[in-house]
Amino acid sequence: MERIPILKMGACLLVSIQVDMHDRLALQLQDDLTTRIADTGARGVLIDISSLEVVDSFIGRMLANIAAMSRVLDAETVVVGMQPAVAITLVELGLPLTGVRTALDVEGGMELLSASFAAPGLEDGGGLL
Amino acid sequence: MAAVFSESLPLTASEHILTVRRMVRQRAIEIGFSLVDQTKVVTAASELARNTIQHGGGGHAVVEIVTQGPRRGLRLAFEDRGPGIADIELAMRDGYSTAGGLGLGLSGAKRLSNEFSISSTPGAGTRVVITRWK
Amino acid sequence: MKPSGTSRLPDILRAHEREILDEWIALQLDSLSTRRDLISESELLRQSRDFLSAFAEAAATGGLDRPSGPGWATVRELLDRLSEARALQGFSPAETATFVFSLKQPLFTTLRRTIPDAAALAEEAWRVTLVLDALGLHTTETYQRRRDEIIARQQQEMLELSTPVVTLWDGILALPLIGTLDSARTQVVMESLLQRIVATGSRIAILDITGVPMVDTLVAQHLLKTVAAARLMGADCIISGIRPQIAQTIVHLGVDLNSVTTKATLADAFRVALQRSGLAVTRGAAAPAPGSAGA
Repeated sequence: MERIPILKMGACLLVSIQVDMHDRLALQLQDDLTTRIADTGARGVLIDISSLEVVDSFIGRMLANIAAMSRVLDAETVVVGMQPAVAITLVELGLPLTGVRTALDVEGGMELLSASFAAPGLEDGGGLL
Repeated sequence: MAAVFSESLPLTASEHILTVRRMVRQRAIEIGFSLVDQTKVVTAASELARNTIQHGGGGHAVVEIVTQGPRRGLRLAFEDRGPGIADIELAMRDGYSTAGGLGLGLSGAKRLSNEFSISSTPGAGTRVVITRWK
Repeated sequence: MKPSGTSRLPDILRAHEREILDEWIALQLDSLSTRRDLISESELLRQSRDFLSAFAEAAATGGLDRPSGPGWATVRELLDRLSEARALQGFSPAETATFVFSLKQPLFTTLRRTIPDAAALAEEAWRVTLVLDALGLHTTETYQRRRDEIIARQQQEMLELSTPVVTLWDGILALPLIGTLDSARTQVVMESLLQRIVATGSRIAILDITGVPMVDTLVAQHLLKTVAAARLMGADCIISGIRPQIAQTIVHLGVDLNSVTTKATLADAFRVALQRSGLAVTRGAAAPAPGSAGA
């Protein structure tokens, strides 16, 4: 069965969502990520959604879940590359995605994650949806 | 209002949500919607399709290109023969949900559309129709 | 009262066109309203001759009973060109319409001379009146339409001019909003800002509303949505240029700006943006301006 690949980069896990995910694939990703975080002791998760043209409430919930579960496993999650049309639609949809940190691109996301490693235990904007 | 294109899609499994999204996206591009408008209508369709499958026990979607005078639009209807919604007003309230979801489906789809209508009879089914005009 | 029967006007016009023209020119030159300062005698002669000739032609080809109909299309086009030329020369629309109406007098004089029967004379005079009234009014409508087109184009230009996204520094954008923000415009502005954020990789965007005279709930909501969307993408917004009146309106409307940084001036906002970017402005030796002593 197809799965979304998870790459390891130092203390971080990198996920690039390139396809329009059906529900099973999304739930599989959630499972796979939490397993990998536990297995590797990763401290950071970077999810690249720059190819996603649609983020509905299901995917939004998936992202929020991943962020929450990772935090329980002592890892920070950053979602990067949200397209403007998606951002505008999410705001209109009323999905605030609090608890999910975001950055413009992978570089910015890595900076955020490194900063969070440097100051463990310091959380800003923490709030689970 | 006249329909110049009409196609019906089944909504019985979660894979069908993707099919609906793809079909709606194609029609939206055909009509010439801006990228933002395309995204809004596809996302609304996704929400309502999921509702039909998860809460309506399955049903179907009808995708139509409609015209009203000089303007063209996309009209989507989502129908099921499920349990229906007893209190529509309550269901439309943000955050309300019966199945552990976020309850944004109906109200969110309404905000993302130019026109929205819903009719539901407990025990008989639900029909939601949204329209976005160019 | 609609005229009945066939009109003798086309024949009369054909037979007496020269006299009518001469009389008309003389009248116009005599009249104070002709604006000799704006138009030369030869130009006036040319305009009058062209109009009268087209008028006679249209009358002859059966346009008399439909003063606003297609039979007068050529005449209307001629009048459109004439109106445009006159507008450029500085004539007011009323003056151009008066030019058309002034043809009535020489026509009536000629009709009186050539039609002995009082009832027939009245009918022909009424025909002339209907047609010239319609044509005169047409010139004012054309003028109005031209003005509306100019206004619409200027509004479009202002819209484009007033929504530039400016790069203040690496990673810091500014969007100075000017004029009234309506729903459609704000959406255009919002999308353009978000696209520039992605294109430039800027993490901070300053929305400056110094030039926005009024903020109502809808505008405030649009601004907040823009801020929320930018944040979802990974950029931060600062709203600057909030004048005291707008601050009052925002509080009265109960708009919640708690999650947004707001600054009174663009300069203050820029200062904050620099700080957040880890940048600082330091003082060094001032470089002389080109052309001044010591350059």
